[in-house]
Amino acid sequence: MRYLPKSPAEREEMLAAIGAKSVEELFSTIPEAYRLQEPLNLPPAMSEAEVIAYFQQRASENSVGYTSYLGAGVYNHLRSVVTDTILQRGEFLTSYTPYQAEISQGTLQAIFEFQTLMCQLTGQEVANASMYDGSTATTEAVLMAERLTNRRRVLVARSVHPEYRDVLKTYAKNSGLRVEEIGYTAAGTLDAKGIEASLKDDVCAVVVQSPNFFGAIETLAPLADAAHRSGALLVVAVTEAVSLGIVKPPSEADIVAMEGQSFGLAPSYGGPFVGVIASREKFVRQMPGRLAGQTTDLEGRRGFVLTLATREQHIRREKATSNICTNQALCALAATVHLTLLGKEGLRELAEQNLSKAQFALKELENIPGVRRTFSAPFFNEFTVELPRSAKMVNAALLKEKIVGPFVLGTAYPELTKHALVCVTETTPRSEIERFAAAVKHTLEQPL
Amino acid sequence: MAYPKEFRYTKEHEWISAKGDTATIGITDYAQHELGDVVFVELPAAGSKVTAGKTFGTVESVKAVSEIYAPVSGEVVEANTELHNKPETINSDPHGAGWLIKVKLANPVEVNSLMDAAAYEVYIAEKQKEASA
Amino acid sequence: MSNHSNRAVPHIVLNEGLIFEKSSPGKRAFDLPPLDVPEVDARKALGESYRREGVEGFPEVSEIEVLRHFTRLSTWNYAIDLGMYPLGSCTMKYNPRVNEYVARLAGIATEHPYQPQELSQGCLKVLQLLEKCLLEITGMDVVTLQPAAGAQGELTGLLLIRAYHQKHGNPRKRVLIPDSAHGTNPATAVIAGYEVQNIKSDAAGQIDMAHLREHVTSDVAALMLTNPSTLGIFEQQIPQIAEILHAQGALLYMDGANMNALTGVTRPGDLGVDVMHLNLHKTFSTPHGGGGPGAGPVAMKKNLEPFLPVPVLVEKEGGRLALDSHRKESIGKVKAFNGNFGVLVRALAYILAYGPGIRQATEDAVLNANYIRKGLEGTYDLPYTRPSMHEVVFSDAIQKKNGVNTMDIAKRLIDYGFHPYTTAFPLIVPGALMIEPTESESKEECDLFIDAMQAIAEEAKTNPELVKTAPHNTRIRRLDEVGAARKPVLRWKPAEKQSKAAD
Repeated sequence: MRYLPKSPAEREEMLAAIGAKSVEELFSTIPEAYRLQEPLNLPPAMSEAEVIAYFQQRASENSVGYTSYLGAGVYNHLRSVVTDTILQRGEFLTSYTPYQAEISQGTLQAIFEFQTLMCQLTGQEVANASMYDGSTATTEAVLMAERLTNRRRVLVARSVHPEYRDVLKTYAKNSGLRVEEIGYTAAGTLDAKGIEASLKDDVCAVVVQSPNFFGAIETLAPLADAAHRSGALLVVAVTEAVSLGIVKPPSEADIVAMEGQSFGLAPSYGGPFVGVIASREKFVRQMPGRLAGQTTDLEGRRGFVLTLATREQHIRREKATSNICTNQALCALAATVHLTLLGKEGLRELAEQNLSKAQFALKELENIPGVRRTFSAPFFNEFTVELPRSAKMVNAALLKEKIVGPFVLGTAYPELTKHALVCVTETTPRSEIERFAAAVKHTLEQPL
Repeated sequence: MAYPKEFRYTKEHEWISAKGDTATIGITDYAQHELGDVVFVELPAAGSKVTAGKTFGTVESVKAVSEIYAPVSGEVVEANTELHNKPETINSDPHGAGWLIKVKLANPVEVNSLMDAAAYEVYIAEKQKEASA
Repeated sequence: MSNHSNRAVPHIVLNEGLIFEKSSPGKRAFDLPPLDVPEVDARKALGESYRREGVEGFPEVSEIEVLRHFTRLSTWNYAIDLGMYPLGSCTMKYNPRVNEYVARLAGIATEHPYQPQELSQGCLKVLQLLEKCLLEITGMDVVTLQPAAGAQGELTGLLLIRAYHQKHGNPRKRVLIPDSAHGTNPATAVIAGYEVQNIKSDAAGQIDMAHLREHVTSDVAALMLTNPSTLGIFEQQIPQIAEILHAQGALLYMDGANMNALTGVTRPGDLGVDVMHLNLHKTFSTPHGGGGPGAGPVAMKKNLEPFLPVPVLVEKEGGRLALDSHRKESIGKVKAFNGNFGVLVRALAYILAYGPGIRQATEDAVLNANYIRKGLEGTYDLPYTRPSMHEVVFSDAIQKKNGVNTMDIAKRLIDYGFHPYTTAFPLIVPGALMIEPTESESKEECDLFIDAMQAIAEEAKTNPELVKTAPHNTRIRRLDEVGAARKPVLRWKPAEKQSKAAD
């Protein structure tokens, strides 16, 4: 087999050196009754060309050739080929976790740069080397707030991504954490007055997303004030990180939980992505996940190491801040490369393009009789519209035009059955946006 | 390093120096040596209670975390906050400037049931023999 | 080997600074296509949420500088593509390049998890085939591909166990964990809401059966077992262990990190395991990438199926595949969307390349480990002498006599061109050297490794200082971890802001 660097003769030599007559002898500690006598029933071995052919077949059964208006936590953005060039370098792709710092400085310095970029983006003082994704980062942020305040109740806005809330509930079930949801106003955002009543001295955190699941940008300062007055922390989740190119960073937050997929990671049917936790320096010892720190070697040269490891599972074991072992190093590297390619001006311009494209799409849609924007708060590249009929039905018609329509809100928000979340990024040409609006108009003109 | 004769010692390598109904508590030279370079200390706030035999904080090196056990019960009067800036003091002066907390004793006679310096030195000599066996 | 540093002009490749230090206003590395819609007044559109300027401190460099920067950084890393990582329980095997190719195909990399399921049949078929293969390999009934990593798989497994017990009226209080276990095991048990009870290993490095029997009560939810253990030794009594647990209504969880010793040779499901996780980034060749991403599928017996995390892959009429999120007894979602699909693709590509011949990989892995064991026995102390499977654990007891410990030996191994083995783990072996070569190493590589370890053992006797101050041949010498922990510097700041917190 092409992945195995042994000739039959070498296997014989090695067995002889060990003093075993056959390889079966090496498995003698497995009780005979449990040793398989037949090969596993797996598909026959494939050559490289056959492996490729298999996946090309599968690829042809998916959505190639369609234009999509889906966002809802996973975003289509331009990716530079330079990113993959770096990612595919064997020294990055096939290297191990940088526990042996002297021979992992490439990875460690890249992590240090990632941590810096995340701080700059979010307006926070310290960021970790990444979490699995935005949903688990948000959950870990809440658990962190729980440890810091020693309180057991958390208030979560309903306008936080439904799947993020689901993940939090799964973790909360077993930790005695009580999760309570708070509603949104007509503007589509959270109201500080609305949460005040619920903010008793047993709340560890208020969790809000901005831009939120409806695309609306939250006003954070009053929420932070209300939370802090009752001794709770403000956790802000960010699913569309590109927004931070033009939207004010959540520096009022005590902990930011961000999804970095928009920075250089393909949608890949849902993963792997890259979560980030960023927070205040004074909270760093309660922060989960890996951290790269700057230091010097025996001869005074600057270098980087994983540090504050005593928070982590391999030392604290049952007292660890989290059970997380892996971070998403390669995904974080993709984000780091992507962001350094974009740079200060590029990110700004990218964000401005997204803003303009979305506004254009909204105008086109609002020209259709019966279609209107649902919420009044400012938005970035996603917005919610109300249609005169079921959004599901409209999408079914759009599909025939090779258009994947906007996310239907009704399943997660039963009060919003005729509403859909439209996402437009820099990747959608004007002609496509116009075609989309025309198709929606045409569908709505058909009798039911 | 010599073990001060006026101190008492625990099996978990804490020392306690009592005067009337207040006492100072720290970890011994043996403990700091086993731990290696101390990087961080977690101490209770003044006013909190400590219970004999239960943990009241941690001392961390790069690769390990050690729980610190209270030799006696009482109320914390002062924690050595200097250690937040200079945790290495625990390594350089574990029996002096590296003290951890000062407590008001709930039960001053508890101190008498702890090992004296001679008994502690015997205890750690045995431990060292076990380790190199 | 020279042991003095060369202070003559270091090559620029060795001296690459932080990307922020190369930044200069006005440089660009990326151009966007021109905007084809009217430009919006951002200040008006966003109101008080408007960010007045670009992100402060963000780098401004050119494309070539970005490429050089990261290429130079990469040359400071060791990697499987360069040589062996004998890291115990990490299974650092070859990451086949065709896996990277197929994961990047248009139609595979580009799919949105919320697109209509009728437009995702290709993705769903990939998931279905991977599920089938993993069930065949593990001998289990049902599998979920949701968890993003081994640790998350462990948590999912424990949550399944909890849900199962809850359904039977009592979630129970404790999880039993061998003292040789990986740190994620107890950390996970606590997060799942259980107390941890440590189970001793006996003199042979196996589970102490008497100690186990004593502690398996009706209060125990499960035993988390790694097999082979972290000592590389097969737990021969697994069927009996399963019986003891099942008699008390408890379940047997297997940490599948060491599947590389079992694939194609035996199946955990046949041995009595109720639920287990796999590490796709170990046994199934998906790349470590410097520390992730991975994937941690959880396979289980039928009795745990009702509690599967959502979504669950189901087959409908006409062979149409769908993801079902309406499962009344599900433990819920462990991660948003569908698991690490990109990693799952790579794992499937690996399995398809091998087919039923995957057993050969296991045999070669065990052969390599035993060959290395034979080559180093006598030179290094072997605390547990039962037959090794895919990994072997030595201790530094002999070298310690000269003041040289496992960490020193590991650092000196770097000078010989290898990545160190796993040091100081498992905890039950003081001064452990945990060595797992994997099947990807040739006889030649194994011989080079044995030679290097022999040479270091000799140096430990004749020149211990050389070993204790290693490594000598790396771009950077031993780093001050103590300083890094005492005064953590976790980000770059521009010179004039060194003393202020960034905003």
